Amino acid sequence: MHELSLCQSIAGIVRTHAAGRPVARVHVQVGHLRQVVPDTLAWCWTWSTDGSDLAGSVLDIEEVPVAVHCPTCDAHTVLHEPAFRCGSCGSTGVRVTAGEELLVTSLELQER
Amino acid sequence: MGRFHRHADGTTHTHEHADVGDHHGYETGPLRVEVLAHILGENDRTAAANRADFDAAGVRTVNLMSSPGAGKTALLERTLEHLGDRLRIGIVEGDIETSLDADRLRDRAAAVSLLNTADGFGGECHLDATMVRAALPALPLAELDLVVVENVGNLVCPAEFTVGEHARAMVFSPTEGEDKPYKYPVMFRSVELVVLNKVDLLPHLDVDLDRFHAALADVHPGVRTLQVSARTGEGVEAWCDWLLEVTRRPAGGPP
Repeated sequence: MHELSLCQSIAGIVRTHAAGRPVARVHVQVGHLRQVVPDTLAWCWTWSTDGSDLAGSVLDIEEVPVAVHCPTCDAHTVLHEPAFRCGSCGSTGVRVTAGEELLVTSLELQER
Repeated sequence: MGRFHRHADGTTHTHEHADVGDHHGYETGPLRVEVLAHILGENDRTAAANRADFDAAGVRTVNLMSSPGAGKTALLERTLEHLGDRLRIGIVEGDIETSLDADRLRDRAAAVSLLNTADGFGGECHLDATMVRAALPALPLAELDLVVVENVGNLVCPAEFTVGEHARAMVFSPTEGEDKPYKYPVMFRSVELVVLNKVDLLPHLDVDLDRFHAALADVHPGVRTLQVSARTGEGVEAWCDWLLEVTRRPAGGPP
């Protein structure tokens, strides 16, 4: 969806936390329920940071599959298609436990 | 004993250290900074400010989404006919271009705030919290009961951006095809109500509503649906009852 504007948000977060120190690598988590195309995000990061203080930093994208928990039978199921039900007992009363992440998790600063 | 470095600019040097034991990875390894920040956090904070303004004025807000042409504006025209005497309704009209939709609603709404997301030839594909915040000065919130944010027609991006609403609903028309919940699961999961519009067309279509409902049940088990026709007025009363129920909800928003 909005990979370029997401990169601008990521850059803002990175600058706040780097506080002027040079950044080598940015770790982000992107859940499969976030409609983000990882390759596009990485490409947008490269060219949108080009010429800036973040030029050359690498966006390290961890994709998070969708997972649900079933309160009926306590099973955890990883979903590979958008059918939100328990893989063990078939209940539809499941809760999404993973896949909605859209986070900057950490930075690696360049060695001085 | 030293440690050899190569810098990005190609220069190299070594650090000479006194014997302080093994500190591999300390002086020269990458320094990790834990962050854990939501990438859309700025939008979420602005949405919370919008919701606080709505709550302070005693207004409840519905974010109404759909694909282009599903009938959001037609449904809102009917809604204003039905509820215009009972509720003071403000509309935030999100459109990439033109005031055509806003003009259709202006006569019967208490207030309309038009947000064009472009200036001539296309623009943003969704409303975000900052855009809705910019629309609020044109709405006399203290004099309103309900604000409906008519989002830009799009089944992808609007699902990602909360605008400070108290409830999210979408309009779906059967001509879009039974399989759409599988293709846009995030949108269909983001709403608590799916309004199936244009049901007066069903006798003329090959669409299999059972397949649509089965797909919807896979993607968003238990989501509420209503069948309406903004054209004939069928089912509009039930939709208006849902809006009235939203206006009676406590302050605060959906998760």
